[in-house]
Amino acid sequence: MATINLTVNGQQRQVDVDPEMPLLWVLRDELQLVGTKYGCGIGSCGACTVHVDGIAMRSCNLPVGNLSGEAITTIEGLSENGDHPVQLAWLEHDVPQCGYCQAGQIMTAASLLANSPDPDDAEISASMNGNICRCGTYTRIHAAVKTAAKKLS
Amino acid sequence: MSSNQPSRRSFLKLTAATGGGLLLGFSYLTSCRNEKTAQAAPELVMPEEWVTVNAFLKIGENGVVTIMSPNPEIGQNVKTAMPMIVAEELDVDWKNVVVEQAPLDTENFERQLAGGSQSIRHGWEPLRKTGATARHLLVAAAAQRLEVDAGELRTENGIVYHDGSDRSLGYGELASLAATLPLPEEVTLKDPKDFRIIGNAKKNVDAKKIVTGQPLYGLDLQREGMKYAAIVHPPAFGMALKSVDDAKAKSLPGVHSVVTIDAHPEGFEPQWSDVNAFPKLVAVVGDNPWTVMQARKALKVEWERTSPAESSAMHRAALERLLDEGEAEVARRDGDPEGAFSTAATVVERTYYAPFLPHNTMEPMNFFADVREDGAELVGPIQTPEFLRKSVSALLGMPEENIRIMMTRMGGGFGRRLYGNFGVEATLISQATKVPIKLVYSREDDMTQGTYRPEYLVRYRAALDGDGKLTAFHVRGTGAGESPVFPNRFPAGTVDNYLAENLVNDSNVSTGAWRAPRSNFIAGAEQAFLDEVAEAAGKDPIAFRLELFDRAISNPVGEENDYDAERYAHVLSEVRDKSGWTDGDRRGVAAYYCHNSYVAQVLEAEMVNGQPRVKEVHCVVDCGIVVNPEGAHNQVEGGIIDGIGHALYGAITFEDGRPQQQNFDTYRLIRHNEAPTAIHTHFVENGIAPTGLGEPSLPPVVGALANAIYRVTGERVYDQPFAAPRELKG
Repeated sequence: MATINLTVNGQQRQVDVDPEMPLLWVLRDELQLVGTKYGCGIGSCGACTVHVDGIAMRSCNLPVGNLSGEAITTIEGLSENGDHPVQLAWLEHDVPQCGYCQAGQIMTAASLLANSPDPDDAEISASMNGNICRCGTYTRIHAAVKTAAKKLS
Repeated sequence: MSSNQPSRRSFLKLTAATGGGLLLGFSYLTSCRNEKTAQAAPELVMPEEWVTVNAFLKIGENGVVTIMSPNPEIGQNVKTAMPMIVAEELDVDWKNVVVEQAPLDTENFERQLAGGSQSIRHGWEPLRKTGATARHLLVAAAAQRLEVDAGELRTENGIVYHDGSDRSLGYGELASLAATLPLPEEVTLKDPKDFRIIGNAKKNVDAKKIVTGQPLYGLDLQREGMKYAAIVHPPAFGMALKSVDDAKAKSLPGVHSVVTIDAHPEGFEPQWSDVNAFPKLVAVVGDNPWTVMQARKALKVEWERTSPAESSAMHRAALERLLDEGEAEVARRDGDPEGAFSTAATVVERTYYAPFLPHNTMEPMNFFADVREDGAELVGPIQTPEFLRKSVSALLGMPEENIRIMMTRMGGGFGRRLYGNFGVEATLISQATKVPIKLVYSREDDMTQGTYRPEYLVRYRAALDGDGKLTAFHVRGTGAGESPVFPNRFPAGTVDNYLAENLVNDSNVSTGAWRAPRSNFIAGAEQAFLDEVAEAAGKDPIAFRLELFDRAISNPVGEENDYDAERYAHVLSEVRDKSGWTDGDRRGVAAYYCHNSYVAQVLEAEMVNGQPRVKEVHCVVDCGIVVNPEGAHNQVEGGIIDGIGHALYGAITFEDGRPQQQNFDTYRLIRHNEAPTAIHTHFVENGIAPTGLGEPSLPPVVGALANAIYRVTGERVYDQPFAAPRELKG
């Protein structure tokens, strides 16, 4: 066990955990930020995507002990009032079915658009490819990313 | 005052109520506090007080209405659509509606189950009557207050108007009086042409919570004092727990206890929903999911073989042997099929295969259980709460009325959560440890637990005469634990000589319903076969099918045909027109009827790096009245993408009884760049009462895809998955 200081959604948080514990479980069970989802535990499905210093990363295989200096953003902290352009586009396109993967999808999309404000179809597909949706909402996700890009540009 | 703390008046117990089960006591509403009503619709000003009108409805003094959604929500969007039906007949403004998930309450709700795409079909009449009954009571209350005849009143958007005196009263002002009035014997339902909510696109009521990461799912539930549990099940089918040495695991920091449970003890009579290949398990209980998932690696578990180790090669050989030599159950015979085949000008025979499939809901199985001496509380993702309660009641020896079950929003169901073994396991772990626990499966636990879509093998034969007319049809199917054949579905009824046969293969790999059970395989096989038969007959694939439907419309064979040939033919001719189908079209077509709905599709594929990829799909659906077009389009699109993905990539295989795919690094689900770039869905408008929609778009797309692959490659595909295996990466 170790005391680890984290910056999560702009706030300083202190946790007392095994430094090997993946960030995902620290967020969910120590900090009660359950919007970040567990899907596979091996970084293969994208449900646990968060931003670490603005870059989309898989929190399920990031040991928390390595993260004391970085700024971590979760779906709960993506915007103050749930009004990030990507979140608004998701609502406009009524993307979710079961909804479980969507926080990860949104975090990936927000990171994409932060780095590439006007992506073409191929870039959107390539960037979103690491996030699985078993319900099959991909066409809506794609359309929502394009809508968000328009709003941002 | 907090909106989710019911006031004294909302506990009003209306013991005088009789009939219909609508006006009983509703103290269970206190169990719904985990539903943050105020967050559901932050733009609404929440009422100071609620009046409970019936099991479905609470009306606030300011006219805001809470509608309970009775059925489990697995992503099929009934949590939006079912309340829309109530709201329509209640005649309220949808903007003033808040939706809450109802708990399991068999006294007040019927069929609280998510399965078979039947929630809307079965709920249609009762939900309409519920809304209309409440509206009737509110109008009767207004009649009393205004001292006029109820017949002089009309309602609109939550307000009762008396046009004669230019007076009006809001539902909020009338609710407490309405709740004391006698129930009407009969209620008048709206003429569908007057619908204002049904048929108009409404956004998913949970969407805001989903996109902001609010707690909604079983995995998100946290309770004071709750521990987490992880299970260890046998590594292979046909194996069982022999012994466990838990000394080291128990000593690890954060571990509370290690227990062994048995979900099927001697004397327990499993129901259909108790499918479970591994009833005896070891569970590690501790402080958080990661700790217990790590700690279980320190267990020393010995397994023993209880039935033979099976492999995929053995499975396939057994299915083929059955089809070749097995003595089949004749499910239907019309005319003289053997005679017709012996005199045919052409006989086409083809065999189709599909493998076992795990469900792979994105939210792995999990459940919360708090078992005490005098009662148990269970919360989590379950498609069949009523059946779970029965199993738990039997295992705990506790009356059902002492067991409270609350359904959470589910991160996918697809049939997996019809089988509540994980809820049973959570219950037994809580009972053994005497603490509230939440069981969480790892992805590997989830993917290797079984309850898979069965593997199937089916052989078709068709006889054509010299004019290319279908004279006989023979379907002979088998699978693990069940045959995929529906003997009375198309093309039964369209051909004079017809034979349908079933054979069943035994396997120790456990199986269960998977989105559109049996249809998810047989539709693709049948529609791919008919494509080849049409080609052998020298006919356009759509024209060939329409000829068969003409026969079923004008002079059907037999009386047991379970489809309406006119509706079936209509979706096919509609998709021909909507897709701009031409002679010699290079796209694939398919049509299928299941879950009481009709779907036809035209699909365009291309080859990318030697692998099939779907470009565009046209889809026509006849599911009767579409309650929520927004959700309906989403369901159809999802079913198409899900169907394409599993047909191209899905398979779980076995060596020595062990599932060879255990996580998404080795199991391939369809991804963003593999989805079609466009899906065009058209709903037939016919005013017929609504039917299923969560499943029907999936089965035919497998056939449309197979036929499209043939059009672009010149090669037929018979075995799923259609795409060649490739290296997977995360």
